Amino acid sequence: METSTQTQSTAVHSHTNDVHIHEHEHHHHQSFISKYIFSLDHKTIGKQYLITAIFMAIVGMSLSLLMRAQLGWPGEQFSFIGKLLGKFAEGGIIKPEYYYALVTLHGTIMVFFVLTGGLSGTFFNLLIPLQIGTRDMASPLLNALSYWFFFASSCVMLSSFFVMAGPASGGWTIYPPLSALPEATPGSGTGMTLWLVSMSLFIASGLMGGINYISTVINMRTKGMSLWKMPLTVWSFFITAILGVLSFPVLFSGAIMLVFDRSFGTSFFLPDGLVVADKLLNHSGGSPILWQHLFWFLGHPEVYIVLLPAMGMVSEILSVNARKPIFGYKAMVYAIMAIGFLSFIVWAHHMFQSGMNPFLGSVFVFTTLLIAIPSAVKTFNWLTTLYRSNIIFTPAMLYALGFVSLFITGGITGIFLGNAAVDIQLHDTYFVVAHFHLVMGAASFFGLFAGVYHWFPKMFSKMMNNTLGKWHFWLTIISLYCVFFPMHYMGMAGVPRRYYAFTEYEWTSMFTDLNRFISIWALIGGAAQVLLIFNFFWSMFKGKPATANPWKANTLEWTTPIKPVHGNWPGEIPEVHRWPYDYSKPGHEEDYIPQHIPYSETGSSNRKGDY
Amino acid sequence: MNTQTPDQYFTNTLESTPQIHGPFQLEYGKIMMWFLLITDLFTFGTLLISLVGFRFNATDWPVAEKVFSSFPFTEKPFPLLFVGTMTFILIISSLTMAMAVDHGFRMDKNKVIRYLIFTIAGGIVFLGSQAWEWSHMIHQGARLTSNPWGTSSFSAFFFLITGFHGLHVFSGIVLLVILLINVSRGVYDVRGHYLMVEKIGLYWHFVDVVWVFVFTFFYLI
Repeated sequence: METSTQTQSTAVHSHTNDVHIHEHEHHHHQSFISKYIFSLDHKTIGKQYLITAIFMAIVGMSLSLLMRAQLGWPGEQFSFIGKLLGKFAEGGIIKPEYYYALVTLHGTIMVFFVLTGGLSGTFFNLLIPLQIGTRDMASPLLNALSYWFFFASSCVMLSSFFVMAGPASGGWTIYPPLSALPEATPGSGTGMTLWLVSMSLFIASGLMGGINYISTVINMRTKGMSLWKMPLTVWSFFITAILGVLSFPVLFSGAIMLVFDRSFGTSFFLPDGLVVADKLLNHSGGSPILWQHLFWFLGHPEVYIVLLPAMGMVSEILSVNARKPIFGYKAMVYAIMAIGFLSFIVWAHHMFQSGMNPFLGSVFVFTTLLIAIPSAVKTFNWLTTLYRSNIIFTPAMLYALGFVSLFITGGITGIFLGNAAVDIQLHDTYFVVAHFHLVMGAASFFGLFAGVYHWFPKMFSKMMNNTLGKWHFWLTIISLYCVFFPMHYMGMAGVPRRYYAFTEYEWTSMFTDLNRFISIWALIGGAAQVLLIFNFFWSMFKGKPATANPWKANTLEWTTPIKPVHGNWPGEIPEVHRWPYDYSKPGHEEDYIPQHIPYSETGSSNRKGDY
Repeated sequence: MNTQTPDQYFTNTLESTPQIHGPFQLEYGKIMMWFLLITDLFTFGTLLISLVGFRFNATDWPVAEKVFSSFPFTEKPFPLLFVGTMTFILIISSLTMAMAVDHGFRMDKNKVIRYLIFTIAGGIVFLGSQAWEWSHMIHQGARLTSNPWGTSSFSAFFFLITGFHGLHVFSGIVLLVILLINVSRGVYDVRGHYLMVEKIGLYWHFVDVVWVFVFTFFYLI
């Protein structure tokens, strides 16, 4: 209501004032609540997503540290853990059931709330309108609603920590029957219900956000911004939004069927002959494998929903800080599309050992290995972008380089796991944990960090501290490799994932020292994140004031005023004349030419075929 | 929009000209509606594909002509006549919706109102028929967990999918009623275009098309 009355009052003004640069005081009449809380401005909504995601990331990381405390020092009594978790860790030892709740909630929060909601929500909202040149999203209201659904879903998910029987504990993939029978485990009751409620809200939020991003990119680009002049960030966001819109509804349908199984006694996912607490259940005819198909039809595109935006931002940041055009721009775009397409036809590689027909498995091996092609295209293009370039080592650039490193390390093990035969040995071991944490978890986090360091000046008009940023980077990447690299060896030896302790068997207890080593590095890596959080909030208030274009980048967001205004550009929206990667162009005195500079002004550097 | 100042831009979004840009020359709301429908297509697709999977595995899937043979006010079996009538009514409501959209393009307010009322009536009759069919089946002993005709997953899927579709018809009717109120208050005459009728129309047609598939999977094959 507030905004509509404002726009009407400005409508009266614009009749009396035909000067293009029109005063903006009208928009500054907003109260604190309408400006910062129920804001319709895409930049503010992006920041809301970021702050929520930071909070969720702290929670998710703390859960992993609790797990590492248990794995590194099994049976050790930590009095502060006892105080923190109460009856879930009597005497300071985490109970086995609660360990599974930690595994579940760590996965759920990190995958959905930080790397999907947080990463996409922050940077799609911030960058899509700024980089394609529009005043706001196609529907600002839907955009704000999307955030508030996300917020509500985060609250519901966190509230499950305060349930008597504990949160959901069947793993983030919530396989039936553990998730379908409320009496199966303590976490299968209220905790699981809250999980499903929270995810339904999350899906609604993702849907509203997704259709908004898509229609904004399709419809709202400024003059001259053809699809082939869009930065790779926007390309990857666009394809990611399409993936989300196509894959989440499948999880939604599966969740509806799961709710029916839980509450109304149907047997969609429950087979014959289940015995719970010495009682034979009268469920019959259902198929737990069906849930796995439905879940992974979402679950695999979800991996790329998490990874593609990071790839897009890394491409942009690498090019800016290497002062070189991105190598193979069109190949990069086609690779994004190919990854997006292939992500829908590989889901059953998560189910090789589920009892699925082996012939079907070999088909999925084929499609899975095909993904290596576009992934390699992207990797080689990043490396060739860096080849013989003048790299400027900003913290954002370090994180972009770290992303490439993690993507290669984690991606290669993906080729092992994509083979059904090798997967017989490796499935459900720490090898898998190492693989997906490196390639999807840590790499996407690096994309997120790179994005925060790079676009912080655009968000808060302040610069972050470079020294702290570099310390944060080196501590994080070293501890990451020390945490996840040893897990490959454990996995190849056959150490299973999701186990509460490895003290029971001779052959697993030989890894106790290695587990302790991993846990120590996990604690160091966790502590290193304090540097980022401190740097973030300190710089927000006390940081050096930002300049208009601190990284000398070409994209449109750096043509907006340093202090963000409602509508992004006080005057006309700049027109786009060239692609976003004119760095170090021979013949031009500066080493960058922003997108809005016409060719008529750059006579010395124009070449045949430029325009 | 390139030459507008922010104030003019935010004013114009409330003004008459729909913001039509981009490679498809569509207004953004229509793109959003199309993508919403694609997501819904995947939702229904998932349910129907699961149904097919169960049906392939089941040895005692009920015969549709035997289950769906009742007709109100008579004891004689009329296989599929009732559901055929329901389907016919829903398809006719799609036709009247198309007429409403067509008259919307011509800004013919009274005709739009008339055809919207026909469409809403069709939707309500369809929902009422579905309610009758459900209550009849429940009287015969069909439950989510079991039914007198064969495998229990038949009735589970039947109530789930037709119920989910009925929910879509219901929300379609709600949307149409809001649309009808807006049209009769002249909101779209002030706005200068009846695009909203077309967008809601897309949704209504989609719900009808989904029903054709539900009909095929449950009643025909």
